[in-house]
Amino acid sequence: MSDTPDLATGNLEAPTTEAPPESAAQPSPTARQRREVHDAWVAGTEEPAWVREATDEGAQELLPEADDPAASSQRGIVVADDYVVEDDVDEEERQIINMGPQHPSTHGVLRLHLELEGEKIHRVKPIIGYLHTGMEKTAETLTYLQGGTNVTRMDYLSPFHNELVYSLAVEQLLGIDVPPRAEAIRILMTELNRIASHLVWIATQGMDVGAISMMLYGWRERELCLDFFEKVTGLRMNHNYVRPGGVAADLPDGWEDDVEVILTRIPAALAEYEEILNANPIFLDRTQGVGVITPEECRAFGVTGANARASGVDWDLRKAFPYSGIDRYDFDVPLGTHGDVYDRWLVRLEEIRQSLRIVSQVLATMPAGDYRTDDRKVTPPPRKRIDESMEALIHHFKLFTEGFKVPEGEVYQAVESPRGELGVYLVSNGGARPWRLHMRTPSFAHVQALPVMMTDSLVADIVATLASVDPVLGDVDR
Amino acid sequence: MAGRSEPPGFLLTTLDKGVNWARTRSMWGAVFGLACCAIEMMATGASHNDLGRFGMEVFRASPRQADLMIVAGRVSQKMAPVLRQVYDQMSEPKWVISMGACASTGGMFNNYALVQGVDQVVPVDMYVPGCPPGPQSLMHGILTLHDKIMAGDIDR
Repeated sequence: MSDTPDLATGNLEAPTTEAPPESAAQPSPTARQRREVHDAWVAGTEEPAWVREATDEGAQELLPEADDPAASSQRGIVVADDYVVEDDVDEEERQIINMGPQHPSTHGVLRLHLELEGEKIHRVKPIIGYLHTGMEKTAETLTYLQGGTNVTRMDYLSPFHNELVYSLAVEQLLGIDVPPRAEAIRILMTELNRIASHLVWIATQGMDVGAISMMLYGWRERELCLDFFEKVTGLRMNHNYVRPGGVAADLPDGWEDDVEVILTRIPAALAEYEEILNANPIFLDRTQGVGVITPEECRAFGVTGANARASGVDWDLRKAFPYSGIDRYDFDVPLGTHGDVYDRWLVRLEEIRQSLRIVSQVLATMPAGDYRTDDRKVTPPPRKRIDESMEALIHHFKLFTEGFKVPEGEVYQAVESPRGELGVYLVSNGGARPWRLHMRTPSFAHVQALPVMMTDSLVADIVATLASVDPVLGDVDR
Repeated sequence: MAGRSEPPGFLLTTLDKGVNWARTRSMWGAVFGLACCAIEMMATGASHNDLGRFGMEVFRASPRQADLMIVAGRVSQKMAPVLRQVYDQMSEPKWVISMGACASTGGMFNNYALVQGVDQVVPVDMYVPGCPPGPQSLMHGILTLHDKIMAGDIDR
């Protein structure tokens, strides 16, 4: 026990000596041992010691004592302080301050421990988990059709991307293809979602560096997209619109006009933003050369998306691993050079323009046809067929009581969300519910790169840097 | 007023009504955005829906300057003590709106991680349903809370 991580004694270090293989340490119980356990269970006496040791999972449960230091650490009341006082630091100037989890500029419930030397940041330590919702566990209790309602609430600024990546993974395991119209609708909605998400980012980034009017402008344009989403899906957020097999409903009549309005009004708004901020001396001072991350550091920390592209890493999953037929459309991947906050601003503005390009191409080439697959094992039959066919009735009943079964297997699927590489790792054991669902979320990787960007900058730059990374805490904690 | 038959202008009211009117007309919210609902809360405050019409556009970062805490989103077990501390730091009189299904009941996440309703941690005056509630729902909740305050006593 001494060489395993043990929360009770505060020994959180990884084991230094190599532990013997599990099979050697714990031989599988013999028939006699099983009998022994059974007898103990029937008699109500205590289990034999070898059972307790074999099933002890160590520091997995919440410790009961409120004053236990290990329990306090686990609940985030106390954070294990691994700061080391260095000789060259002036003790008078050194202080540790806490930022968050309830702070207007942490974009949710992120908590940062900052070690300062005067105005300069010596060390940053992000603390996460304040929005942990247990979604990966909840996914195991939902059918594949219900799973969309769960994943859409992870990254709440890009719900369509979450639904899309989940649906693509399920479809890969099922081995089904979706019709071209469904693919085009998916691209239309995800690219509009990218625009809406970046507009929120523009609004909050502007506000966090002092341009409060950006807050109002960004939200004004975002409402255009949200009104369209509400018209198509019935909801402004958390749509559960993209589903395994296609999408939930066809586009409403007159959707082209709404998209036309978006296509004309948002470029004008972007020009307005650029006029306000691109040459604004205060904005330039607050953003240029702030929060720099190099391409090598991006690769080392798993930074993807616009943050990596602002550093010059030419990596976009829409080009590298095209999904849902996005390679049919023509668009460019904007790249930055400095990897600072200002380049992230420029890259995201350009990404909105590129997404508008994709949307206009989708608008021009929307194929006709069905909006979901006609595989009756996945898609419920039309209402009319239920009255005519016993088999259709059975399919309908089975789909909505038990859910469709997905063949055994595992799959990793990733899409380019507004934040970066959003991946899902899905394991099926052949049942109607996922055996395991894991999301590889971009914000999680970006939060771990925060110390790299923030160290040796000024206190005021924390807010600018944090906003520019665009973390969504629902995406981090899930 | 000379030459007019009406009585000179003065206003009669009760102390309760006057104080309650003052409380509802400039109710400052504490920033307590947690998850998806926080985005809709910000959308309610921003240009399109403009919470400033009700004297509420100022969301205070310091709970000591706030009257109303809008718990916007899912409250995890780890966040619950923080929530309570922010509530305790607010000065009386104070009100709490539980925004959305997760804050009100745990919503669709009936699991180990979430507090199943924020009313286990703080007293709630108004529940706003929805997942997330749209800006109109939130504004309706706020206005209903105003009505509730106007109908109540000043010494809650």
